[in-house]
Amino acid sequence: MGEQVDARGLSCPQPVILTHNKMKVLRKGVFEVLVDTDTSRENISRLAKNEGWEIIDTKKTEDSGYILTLRKE
Amino acid sequence: MDLTEILNCLTFDKHPDLLVGIETSDDAGVYRLTPEIALIQTLDFFTPIVNDPYDFGRIAATNAFSDVYAMGGKPLTAMNIVCFPIKELDKDTLRAILQGGLEVIHKAGAVMVGGHSVEDRELKYGLSVTGIVHPDKILTNAGAKPGDLLILTKPLGTGILSTALKGGKLNEKQTCNLTELMATLNKDAAEVMTDIGVNACTDITGFGLLGHALEIAKASNVSIRIYSDKVPVISDAIEFASMGMIPEGSHLNQKFCRQYLDISPELDPITGDILADAQTSGGLLISVPEEKSKQLLNGLIERKTPAAKVIGEVFSEPKGVIQIR
Repeated sequence: MGEQVDARGLSCPQPVILTHNKMKVLRKGVFEVLVDTDTSRENISRLAKNEGWEIIDTKKTEDSGYILTLRKE
Repeated sequence: MDLTEILNCLTFDKHPDLLVGIETSDDAGVYRLTPEIALIQTLDFFTPIVNDPYDFGRIAATNAFSDVYAMGGKPLTAMNIVCFPIKELDKDTLRAILQGGLEVIHKAGAVMVGGHSVEDRELKYGLSVTGIVHPDKILTNAGAKPGDLLILTKPLGTGILSTALKGGKLNEKQTCNLTELMATLNKDAAEVMTDIGVNACTDITGFGLLGHALEIAKASNVSIRIYSDKVPVISDAIEFASMGMIPEGSHLNQKFCRQYLDISPELDPITGDILADAQTSGGLLISVPEEKSKQLLNGLIERKTPAAKVIGEVFSEPKGVIQIR
């Protein structure tokens, strides 16, 4: 399994902070973020754009959360 | 089920002296005592948004006074409301909160007359504030008239900055500026506004500028045009919004308001985040006849309110709609 951030059950802005930390460690490549609110999904999309990462896939999960796949070349 | 739906299930008695009741989404209730005096009553409390208990007390109290100011009133008395985890936090914390609140009450020229506390797992603090206003001079959401200019008295972005603070992203100076902004009473703005006489007013809090402007548009049966490049914004708020430091309430505000918005050209998402940002202890949004706007602006600048900017205009059509330009 690839790199992953599990931010489910965390309140704002923790999912953003964890995702940002992962970006800083990886610098580039691909990783997944698991979130369970629209707020987290929206906020991570703002962060991704700001940091030059692309969200290449958004999967809705059964528990109305999302798996976001982020990539930076 | 949201609060509006729950309230709709209840039947409220009408009373000839109840001048502003629960129906119009106004900031406070107003009850006529005599032909010259009406009573304004409001209550507001919340969980800590800053780490320092004294500052939290100041901010919560400042926020509670806002509703009286927004109605054009003068606050007279205040009562504490406290929910406190007595087993987990020491008494000095509570003392600091109450001290912060008391200082604000005195700054507002009001007196503390008591309060009530309960033990709770989560700390909460706020005030119930009582004030007075002349029954003919009550300011509500419903008075805005086509041709009015809209003036905002504090910059937006406290929701975004508070989220960044929670995430440990603010330095000491940014924290201090945010705290002082939220602990600035709308007293000066209200005094200038009531001296001059304006058409409508509301304070910007949890529904953000968009949500509160929408309340005015609906209650006044007008259209409101906001010039997004004219809206004062806390420095750093755009940067933190771009980093995704946006509170849930701000997202919900955008979602709720979307159906009432006429946007042209397309809105940059970060600008949308700022306009909908849920504010704590935000400024007054004042609807003033154009011919009085200069005098109002000069008065606000003289009293050094945190902002004094024309951010929009009122039009007759399309009613109940916010136009963003």
